[in-house]
Amino acid sequence: MTEAAPHFLEVEDLSVTFQVEDREILAVRNISFHIDRGETLALVGESGSGKSVTALSVLQLLPYPKASHPTGSIKVEGEEVVGAPEPVLRSIRGNRISMIFQEPTTSLNPLHSIERQINEILFVHRGMEPVAARTQTLELLELVGLQNAEQRLGAYPHQLSGGQRQRVMIAMALANEPDLLIADEPTTALDVTVQAQVLALLRGLQERLGMAILLITHDLGIVRHMADRICVMSEGELVERGETQSVLADPQHDYTRILLAAEPSGQKSTAPDDAPDVMTGSGIKVYFPIKAGVLRRTVDFIRAVDDVNVNVRERHTIGVVGESGSGKTTLGLALLRLIQSEGPIHFDGTLIQGRSYKELRPLRRQMQIVFQDPFASLSPRLSAGQIVEEGLLVHGLGGTFEERREIIGDALREVGLDPDMQDRYPHEFSGGQRQRIAIARAMVLKPRFVVLDEPTSALDRSVQAQIIDLLRDLQVRHNLAYLFISHDLKVVRAMADEIIVMRDGKVVEQGTADEVFDAPQTAYTKALMAAAFDLVADESGAVSV
Amino acid sequence: MRPRLPGQQKFLGLRITPLTRRRLQNFRANKRGYWAFWIFTVLFVLSLFAEFIANDKPILISYRGELLMPVFAAYPETKFGGDFETEADYRDPFVAELIEAEGWIAWAPVRYSYNTINYALPVPAPAPPSAENLLGTDDQGRDVVARVIYGFRISVQFGLVLTIFSSFVGVAAGAVQGYFGGWLDLIFQRFMEIWGGMPVLFLLIILASVIEPGFWSLLTLMLLFSWMALVGVVRAEFLRARNFEYVQAARALGVDNITIMFKHLLPNAMVATVTFLPFILNGSITTLTSLDFLGFGLPPGSPSLGELLAQGKANLQAPWLGISGFVVIAFTLTLLVFVGEAIRDAFDPRKTLG
Repeated sequence: MTEAAPHFLEVEDLSVTFQVEDREILAVRNISFHIDRGETLALVGESGSGKSVTALSVLQLLPYPKASHPTGSIKVEGEEVVGAPEPVLRSIRGNRISMIFQEPTTSLNPLHSIERQINEILFVHRGMEPVAARTQTLELLELVGLQNAEQRLGAYPHQLSGGQRQRVMIAMALANEPDLLIADEPTTALDVTVQAQVLALLRGLQERLGMAILLITHDLGIVRHMADRICVMSEGELVERGETQSVLADPQHDYTRILLAAEPSGQKSTAPDDAPDVMTGSGIKVYFPIKAGVLRRTVDFIRAVDDVNVNVRERHTIGVVGESGSGKTTLGLALLRLIQSEGPIHFDGTLIQGRSYKELRPLRRQMQIVFQDPFASLSPRLSAGQIVEEGLLVHGLGGTFEERREIIGDALREVGLDPDMQDRYPHEFSGGQRQRIAIARAMVLKPRFVVLDEPTSALDRSVQAQIIDLLRDLQVRHNLAYLFISHDLKVVRAMADEIIVMRDGKVVEQGTADEVFDAPQTAYTKALMAAAFDLVADESGAVSV
Repeated sequence: MRPRLPGQQKFLGLRITPLTRRRLQNFRANKRGYWAFWIFTVLFVLSLFAEFIANDKPILISYRGELLMPVFAAYPETKFGGDFETEADYRDPFVAELIEAEGWIAWAPVRYSYNTINYALPVPAPAPPSAENLLGTDDQGRDVVARVIYGFRISVQFGLVLTIFSSFVGVAAGAVQGYFGGWLDLIFQRFMEIWGGMPVLFLLIILASVIEPGFWSLLTLMLLFSWMALVGVVRAEFLRARNFEYVQAARALGVDNITIMFKHLLPNAMVATVTFLPFILNGSITTLTSLDFLGFGLPPGSPSLGELLAQGKANLQAPWLGISGFVVIAFTLTLLVFVGEAIRDAFDPRKTLG
């Protein structure tokens, strides 16, 4: 490092501590990195590794004074940021350095039109006149590839899709032509096809505007496509850094190797062909009425699930893939009779469509569900043991308290948790452990059919792989039939025997996993595969923006 | 028995979760509310023993080596060598002398009950404050200190009972509406809009003239309207939480509706409910006071703060009446508002210590 040419952003020996009640938590320890103009640096790590905290401290957006920097300096073009007065920070924030966040829904003000939100930045930072600002806003929206930008100027965030909202966020971040764009998990909340498009957009913008990107992500696939250099973080420490190619090809640190090995891999063992049917649904339809007018008459229906046939056999897994809003989850809930649907549903040969909640109760034991978000699916007020116990109590299983405790302990042991943990509360567990509790809750009843609704989506990659191994293992051991819902094709590939590709409630493609993955028939499936496995944005128009 | 587990803490013998502990800490951190809570609790507990603080009967009498407690039992005057078969009037100097000749008398700090009339007033009632009647007497010669103590007690008791009952009804109604939704919710909501649109005080005045007012009849009347306070928040909480994934999970397990409501949803709604309670209590006390003030409240002769205020208004030449009533009511309501603020802080998830 020479004095003559300082890096655009230079972080040296940075530490961040948080004061929590009477303890100090060291979130980031002594990390150093730098970014030059025009390059992309990826900060990689699992949740809790301190990557977002690092990014926020660059803009000094942490909740000071609860957060503090015991050591370190952050220099933007040679100018110190740590402890800088507010006017200096304002001139940097949103001006020279912009940030885009993971969740575009909560980052946009729902009550303002997108034009107004972008204009505001132009007014504040560049002192533009309203007319000039409008032209500039339009240019920005066209730059980020928002279709029909002119008509959409007056649109409110809820009228846009997730991908469109993220484009608006990027337009806002670019409004002041920043030299550095901090992208904090910019695509995690988006569908794979949209993710590929947003990444392509970021790359294109970088080339045209020559800005630097600090990309924060847990997804090594994205890193491989986007970053020039990479910094791997683990528990607040920078464990490895270097050129992307060399780090990914030849990782030096154990943690990087674990991350790389964490991609879900392998395939499930093939299931016997003569396995009996467990859950069959034919022509399943779930329509939500759209009501209009004074009399609230039903004018039309939202066809959430439209004429879908499913047949899940013992020890088989049906993978249901599709983008958000395609009706995957609705299908799962309909099969379990948790929402109203049409079309006959047979469980184990018995017709369960049309049975009342009470009549269904004895069968509930045998059909279970695991939800996506392990933070939302466990009641925060019950201990892990009580959560698992609930099903036993409902179905009158398990006998005395001590016997039930024993059964719960066994169930926890089976999902890889310590039986002594049953008296802890959900918030004391990590995401992966919580998902194991949710699985234990379903498995303790010894079900035959389990709906797995994105069970790995909210988890870190390395944890995903463990959960998938666990699910495969449980399937073989208990002859379970799975309906596996996911938008993540890599995970589905590792789990499923058969695939249903859904779009807008309809089945686009249905077949065995090998057929669908190796020789997709429809353009939509092909685009989905390209986006998921190669991060290639679809140009053919098979995927809506 | 559930085995005691490491890492768990107890508070007042109850198992507390870390969440509860944080709430207790937040409650304590609001110094004003914390002190208000203790001051209110001490005052209320003291007022529960009002008979030992302000009474026209002695707390304890020793007569011929025998210990008597006139607060609990009625003794005829003849027992002490008097003439009448009726209960002894201990304030009568003659009776007092009879007893003190053979033993001693331990008086309560205030020698008046709420309905004791001081016949020995040197001036016409209402008499101004003096050494005998610290806050003076009202226009019937009754000691204001005694009436304020009993009045505080009955106000708070009334408020507490009304709050508890209306919370039960309100939570139940809100829970059912929020959980089941649909037509039930729609009809119930419209009913509540009509019911809530009624001029409550006016109706209470009309009803109070038909039904003989008393503690319980007034309570029932007020309950007819006060239960609605909590319905809104509880309903909203149930409506929001019934689609939570853990509730869905419970349904998938086959748990019945009642259990889901009690085990999974009610704890969520309790936060809003508990936060509201001090304010409902305040509202109840205010309503009772205003009814008493208008003369439609508790039966005549009852110690009531509202009635004291009405007397203050009728006797502007005797400011000690109005001022005493005002100070006691204002103090009570202020304490409760402070407690309410502290409880709100305690349950605020965004509020952290530091």
